[in-house]
Formats: sequence, C-alpha cells, structure tokens
Amino acid sequence: MPDKAEKHRDGQILSGEDSTVKMQVEVNEVKTEGDYNSSPVYIYHDWCKKCGICVAFCPTGTLGRKMDGSPYVKAPEKCIHCETCDRLCPDFAITGAKR
Amino acid sequence: MAKKKKVKAVLMQGNEAISYGALAAGVNFFGGYPITPSTEVAEIMARELPKRGGKFIQMEDEIASIASVVGASLAGAKAMTATSGPGFSLMQEGIGFAKMIEAPCVVVNVMRGGPSTGLPTDPSQSDIMQARWGSHGDAPAIALYPDSVLESYELTIRAVNLAEKYRTCVTLFSDACLGHMREPVVLPDLSQVKIIHRIQPTLPPEWYKHYPENPKYISPLASFGEGYRFHVTGLAHDAHGFPTTRPDEVARMMDNLRNKIVHHTDDLVQVEAIAMEDARIAIFAAGITARAAKKVVVALRAKGKKVGLLRPLTIWPFPDELVKQYLSDVKGIIVPELNQGQLSLELKRVLGHRKTRKIVEVQKNTGELITPQEIINAMKEVH
Amino acid sequence: MKKIPQKQIHKYLRHNKSFPHVWCPGCSNGIVLGGVIRAIDEMGYEKDSVAMISGIGCSSRMPVYVDFNTAHTLHGRAIPHATGVKMFKPELNVCVITGDGDATAIGGNHLIHAARRNIDITVILINNNIYGMTGGQYSPTTPAGAKATTMPYGNIDNTFDICDLAIGAGATFVARTTAYHAMEIQNYVRMGFEHKGFSLIEVIAACPVIFGRLNKRGDASSMMRTMKEESKPLAVFEALPDEEKEKFYPRGVLVNIDKPEYTEKYANLVASLQKKEEAE
Repeated sequence: MPDKAEKHRDGQILSGEDSTVKMQVEVNEVKTEGDYNSSPVYIYHDWCKKCGICVAFCPTGTLGRKMDGSPYVKAPEKCIHCETCDRLCPDFAITGAKR
Repeated sequence: MAKKKKVKAVLMQGNEAISYGALAAGVNFFGGYPITPSTEVAEIMARELPKRGGKFIQMEDEIASIASVVGASLAGAKAMTATSGPGFSLMQEGIGFAKMIEAPCVVVNVMRGGPSTGLPTDPSQSDIMQARWGSHGDAPAIALYPDSVLESYELTIRAVNLAEKYRTCVTLFSDACLGHMREPVVLPDLSQVKIIHRIQPTLPPEWYKHYPENPKYISPLASFGEGYRFHVTGLAHDAHGFPTTRPDEVARMMDNLRNKIVHHTDDLVQVEAIAMEDARIAIFAAGITARAAKKVVVALRAKGKKVGLLRPLTIWPFPDELVKQYLSDVKGIIVPELNQGQLSLELKRVLGHRKTRKIVEVQKNTGELITPQEIINAMKEVH
Repeated sequence: MKKIPQKQIHKYLRHNKSFPHVWCPGCSNGIVLGGVIRAIDEMGYEKDSVAMISGIGCSSRMPVYVDFNTAHTLHGRAIPHATGVKMFKPELNVCVITGDGDATAIGGNHLIHAARRNIDITVILINNNIYGMTGGQYSPTTPAGAKATTMPYGNIDNTFDICDLAIGAGATFVARTTAYHAMEIQNYVRMGFEHKGFSLIEVIAACPVIFGRLNKRGDASSMMRTMKEESKPLAVFEALPDEEKEKFYPRGVLVNIDKPEYTEKYANLVASLQKKEEAE
C-alpha cells in the first residue's frame, strides 16, 4: 500500500493522473501484464506487495502505479532494460531482463 | 591353556578417560572453553584431535562452544564439548537448540560445588535436575553418570553412540573428584566396542525429509554439503524443517521429541544392582557417592546384614521401572547424594509413600564426599 | 502455453517454501537476498557448497527461502554456529545473515572474536537500525534522537559504527553499502566470499513499516532515496571537509587485507603433525 504520509513522497512526482492524492482503495481486477513478448517488463502480481520501489526508481518512467498501489507498465517504449526494477524489487516480483 | 595375553593396565585420570573414550567413539570435533574441573578434557582434545585429522577449537565462551559443536554436527561431525556448572548453565539454550533440531552432540558436565562459582575444585552432584530441566520447554534429555575412571571411558562411548542414535544432545556427568582422580585401568579392546553412526539417508535428495514423517522417531540424518540442502530452525517446524504454527504439525514434532526418548527407556536405561536379591535395606546412589556405597555393602554383607546397592548409570531418562522392580519391597532406602535431594526427589516420585518402607536421605554440599560410615549411620533410622 | 519468464533468481529459491516471503512491503531484506543470490550465481558456486547460517530477527528469516545448506540458529549465535560448520568442513562456502541487533548487541562477543580469529566466513549484516521482529525497540545502531518503542522520548544511547568495530577487532575484509545500491551489494558479497578470511558486509537497510513509521521517514522508496543522498563513495567521503563528514557516511570497501586464515593454519598444523608422524 503506498505510504499515507503524502508529504514524504519528497519531490519524486509520480507521473500525472495516477498519483494518489487521497487514498481511496478501489480494488480493480489486476491482470498480469499479458504476454512477456509485447511488454518489456513482466510483473508477478502474486508476489508483488505493492511497495512502490520499482515505480519510484525506474529511471525512465516506464512504470506507473495504480490506485491500489500496484505497478503497471505505463510506457513500454521507454524501457531501457536497465533492470533497476529487477534488482531493487524486494519480492523478486518483476523482471526487466533483455530478451 | 593359551598363554594369557599380558594385560597392560594404564594409570589414567577420569577426565583423560573421557577424552580417550570420545576419541574411541569417533568424536572428530571439540569446541570448548576452559573451566575447572573439566579443562583437562579440552587440553587432551587439543593435543590428540589434530594428530588424528579431527578439529579442535577453543571458543570465546561456553555459549559459542555449544554453538560451534552444533554447527559442526550439522556439517557431519561427531561433536562434543566439556564444561562444569557455570558453563553448563550458559550452554542451556544451545543444548535446547540441539535437542530441537535433533543434532547429535555430547556435553560433558564435570560437576563442581554450586551454586554460582561455588567450589570450583570440589565435587558435587547438584546439576542433576539441570540436565533434565535446565533448558526451557519440554524436551526430555539423556544423561549418563559413571562411577569409575574405566566407566568414564565406557559411558563416554555410550553417550556418543546414544547421541548419534537418538539424534539429540546427550549429557555425560562426572564430578571434580571422579574427573581428577587416577585409577589403573585396562581399556577394552576397541574391536569389541560397538560404535554407532547416524543413519545415512538412502533416498535421493528430493525425497529427503530432515525429520520423521510418521512417529518412527528416528530418521536418517544428512549433513551439510552432501547434496541434501536441508533447513534447520529452532522454531517449531514440520517434517521438512520449515517453520510452522499449525497445531497438528507442532504436535507431531513435540511427540517425536518426547517419544524417541520415552518409548526407548529399555535401550537407554542402565542400572547396576549389587547384592539386591535379598536386600532388606537398599542404597540408591550414583557416581562418586556410589563408590562409598559399594564399600558399605561389602562391609555389612560380611557381617551378614542384608544390604544392597542400586546404582543408576542412566540418570535421565530416570529408571522408573527398574527402581520399582528393585526397591518396592525393601524396608529402607538410603539415598546419599552431594546435593539437597535431587535423586531422592525422583525416587519418591516413582515409589510414592509406604509406611513399611523408610527413605533416609544423606546429603552433603560442602564439597566433601559422603563417607561409608555416614551411610551406615543412616541405616540406624531404618528399624 | 503461456510463456512466463523465469527470473534467474528463482533457481536459487526453495520451491517447496511458500512465497511471497514473510518480510513487510518495501523491507530491504528482499533486496539483500537478491544481491546475495546474484553474487553466488555470478561466482558459479554449486548450491551444495553454500551454507547460510542466520541468527534471530527479520533478516535471519532469509536462509529458509534459499536452496542451500541452511540453519536458522539462536539470537546472536549465528557466527559461532558458522564457525563450527567452517571448522569442520572448510570446503563449504559459509555465510552468515544477521542484523544490527543480532550481531552487535547479543552477538557482539562472537562477532569480534570471529573477526580476531580471521576465520573464512562471510557475514552479511543487514543494518536497519531497529529491532524490527519484536516491534521496534532501539538497537546499538539506532541514531541519536530517533524514536523506538524502548526510547519513546528519543534515543539517548550511543551507537556503534559496525565497520569500525569489525576493523578494530581485526576483520580483514570490511565493506559497507546500502539497500539502494543493489549492484554494490552483489559486488561486495562476491568479494566477501572470494576473500580468504573474515569478511563483513554491512548493508544499510530500510525498515519502512516500523523504523520508518516511528520516525516519519516516509515509505520504502523515500528511505532508500535518503540512503542514496546520505551515503558517499569512500573517496568522495574522504575528500569532504570535516564538518561535512558529520552529515554523511562512507560506502565502499573499507578494508581488504590478507592475513593467514584460521582453518588454513589449522590444516597446516594437521599436515605438519602427520608428516612428523610419518618421519618417526
């Protein structure tokens, strides 16, 4: 769950519309990201605890964060396969390795 | 008549006998810390183990010592340490851990005067209960207690064997007197001595379970680096060794820890009965005190008095059945011990109260030994 | 058939263990585990040859998840258990997973003696400045003034610099990094394994749910951003003027020297005794 202390998000402006100003939990059905070939990053939602680290440290803004805090591939074309998300994910729930 | 093989007796110290018994049993790791009156065991191991390719290490304290012993046991060692009261107290959590993860190891406790620093160079038998209840939680213990230098040798081998067989931490008692005294000893021929090794797994690794699934109690035990890659934890665990709080899995674990000892008392328990067949008065004594009791039996039997001795070699599990068998119908039971009644407490638990039978306790905790005469004097209270 | 990519790391996880693991969302322990596994994978160690020993605490719940020879021992006692394993089977690559409280409070005596002895074990110390497992008590590294359930008015106790402590005790390889610098975790853990002697890798870690919340440090990514800002590579740190040094801490390999390793000295002793015996 994204941290409720909004002001401590300090500066890292989560891109545009999906930044959670006020925390309403509307649990939409979270699908896996479809076939790995089309999306540069694959997310194992079974293991993802929605901690937001991958979204926060993706250098190109490829990832976005849904209302329930879970990451999704917002801009696949921006992915540079740096694997930062892969390395920093505490739950091994995302892989961005080059195919 | 075949020429009698010239038998060579060796003058040996109690602690020395313990060390050589351990080496005979195949002990190949010793992690210890100096403490009177058990340091000789560490010194001998420091000298002997490197020569035999075994491993010796002096750790920074007794907690580290038992930890290194358990670590080595996980890696496949027959591992052991030796200490005395204060160290034995420090080792309790580690001993509990060894029992919980069912890692074979032996802890020698050469008892000295307690409590606390007490009487470092004087004997006592005041750690008897600690070997059973010292570590928190319910897990029964195995503890043996010899009464001679030769038996120190033999019971050390038995302690190592029982640790391997029952996958637990076995305590071997001695005391400052027994540990430091010297006696001429004819060591048994090693080819006659049965050495037990932990059961090796025969199944390939993917089928291996570190703990018994069904209460067969004792299952094969793999070691680190053999391809089995098991997990051990002090947390309550399932048959794989993974942590669990599920009551049914915890029940299986607790039952296993208990039953593997409680249901094998016939194999574990050993007592020595001297002149007990028609004994009217029996002495119940262990370890160093039993030596005085033996003198009493010889002296009084010579005068036609019906006196016998029942000596437990196995303190834990306590020999309930044999005590009932030997001591139910005697008129009087003398219980001499160098503490404030730890063995007699167990004896009374087993025998209960009977008007026609008197239990007389002879207790000393001044660091002196109980003399034969003091035992004889106690018999006057049995009319 | 849907093709789901297998992460390289999944090969080293125990498949009969339930995932996701037990650590809280955003906790750095998972990142460190990832770094350790990547280091072991990079070195090509056989899974059989690795022994991972831990004490008690959040970080010590790590070994159960990995497919190595693992032991979850007693609070503060991982290092002496690992010493026993290494002494008896020196060919094993033995590592210890421990925390700031587990290693420097209750386990402090064992830490300094293993460092003094220079036995070849690789200690990965995850320093989140708090006792997380038990709900937030302060530890020997909780910063001055920080809140903890046993320092409700702000920590008045002094702290250890863990790397200085280990260096003072004689450790021959000491490195510090943070959970943000995942590449460095992998590199220093690899260097630690390859180092013949006592190695300590301190990883500054984020505990968002307890330390972070008690001290209003924001979520995991905020705490990791703080690590990025407050830590400096060693060379940069040393070039800072003294008053600046107060505000930062150095990251990097602080000590890397070679001294005879304990199990090797012991092996040489055994060999010389056997040679002497043959001579007789």
